[in-house]
Amino acid sequence: MSRTILINLLRFIILVFMQVFLLKNITLYNLSTPYLYILFILLLPFEIPNILLYVLAFVLGLTIDAFYDTPGLHAASCVLLAFVRILFISITVQKDGFDNEPEPTLSVMGFRWFFTYALILTLFHHFFLFNLEVFRFSEIPYTLSRFVMSSIFTVFLMLLSGFLFYRRKERK
Amino acid sequence: MRNLLVFITKYNAFFLFLIFEISSLVIYIKYNSFQKATFISSTSKITGNLYAQKDELVGYLNLREVNDSLAKENARLKNQLKTSFYIDTLAKKQITDTIFKQQYTYIEAKVVNNSINRSNNYITINRGSKQGVAKGMGVICSSGLVGKVVFVGEHFSVVQSLLHKDSRFSAMLAKNKEIGYIEWSDDLNPHKGFLKDVSNNAQPTIGEQVVTSQYSLFPAGIPIGKVSNLRTKNGGYSLNMEVALAVDFSKLQYVDVIVNKLAEEQAGLEAQQKKDE
Repeated sequence: MSRTILINLLRFIILVFMQVFLLKNITLYNLSTPYLYILFILLLPFEIPNILLYVLAFVLGLTIDAFYDTPGLHAASCVLLAFVRILFISITVQKDGFDNEPEPTLSVMGFRWFFTYALILTLFHHFFLFNLEVFRFSEIPYTLSRFVMSSIFTVFLMLLSGFLFYRRKERK
Repeated sequence: MRNLLVFITKYNAFFLFLIFEISSLVIYIKYNSFQKATFISSTSKITGNLYAQKDELVGYLNLREVNDSLAKENARLKNQLKTSFYIDTLAKKQITDTIFKQQYTYIEAKVVNNSINRSNNYITINRGSKQGVAKGMGVICSSGLVGKVVFVGEHFSVVQSLLHKDSRFSAMLAKNKEIGYIEWSDDLNPHKGFLKDVSNNAQPTIGEQVVTSQYSLFPAGIPIGKVSNLRTKNGGYSLNMEVALAVDFSKLQYVDVIVNKLAEEQAGLEAQQKKDE
C-alpha cells in the first residue's frame, strides 16, 4: 500500500516537472502541444475511491495552473477527465478482476485496451481544455485542428512511456 | 429521505463531478477576468523562484545571442554619445541642458518565465514593486516593443506580451507618421502582427518600419517590426497590413521597463476631463 503511494507521488512530481519545464516549450507548427501530465490520473490504481480521485485530479490541475498562469483551466479539464475515467472503467472492466490487476498500465492491461483508454480520455480532456481556453466560437476550425494534433502527440507520448516502463506480466 | 441518500451514494461519481467541476470553473471565470489570481500565479514566491532557478540554468545556452544583441546596442548607444558629435554652436549645448528634462527612465529586468504558444501569452520578469515597477508600464527590449505590465508582486511582475488577444498598442509608419494600432495576428504566429486602422492615403511600402507612436505608453519611435504584406482584410475606410515583428519572443532574455515620469499627470488630467463631461 505504502509502495503504491510512493510510486504515485514520484510519478506526480516527475510528470509535473516534465510538463512545466520541458513540454511547455514544445509546440509543433503552432498546432500541437502535448499535455502528458494527465498520465498521472490515467495510471492511478483501479480501487481508488471516487472522492480521492477527484481531489487528486483537482490538485494536479491547480498545480499545472500555477505554472501556466491560468487558474482553474487545467483543474476543470482534469476533473472532467476523472469523471470520464470512472465511466470508462466501470463499463470496460469487471469488478472482480481488481485483485491481481492493480493499475491500468500498458503492461497489465494490454495494448488494445490501454490505447482505447488513453485515446478516449485524452480526447475528452483536450477538447474541453482547448475550447475553454479560447472560449469563443469564431475560431472553431483552428481550435479543432489544435485539439486533434495535440491529442495525437499526447497519446503518442503516453504509449511511448508505457513501452518504456513495460514489465512482462507473470501469468498465474 | 432515505431514498434520496441511496440515490446520491449510488451516483456519487456524478455528484462529486458536479461539485469539483463547478468549483474549478468558478475559479477559472473569476480569476481570469481579472487577468491574474494573486495567490496562484508565477508571481507567488514558490513558482517564481523555481522559474528563476530554471532560467539560471537555461540562460547559459543563449549567451552568444545575448552578447551579440548587447554588442549591437552598445554600438548604437556609442553613436549617440556626446563625444561622437562635434559641437557646432555653443547655444545648442545650453538648450539641451535647460529645456530637455528626462521624461523616461528604464528599469532593466531579466525574463524568468515566458510563453509564445498559447492564445494569451504572459512574461514574468524579476522586478517588482520594490524596484519601482507599477501596473500599466510599458516594456521593451533592445530590438523593440515587448508588452505592458499587468500585475505586480513584490519581487516579480507579470507582463502581458504583444502576443496576447487583448494587446493593442498605438503605432505608426515610421516614414510618413500615419497612425494606426498594432495587434497580434489571429493565427498564433509569434512572428506576425497586424497594423490596423491606418488612413487610406498612407501609401505604405513593403519593408517599411513600423514604430510606436507618441500616443502610446512608450517613447515615440520604438521599433515594432516591418510591413511584410499589404493584404487588406476588410479594408473599407482604412488600411490593414501584416507586420513581421522585430522582437523574437522565443529568445527574450533581458527587457527594460519604461517609467514615464509624466504618465501620472497625464492620466490625472484625462480623468478630470472625463469627470467634467
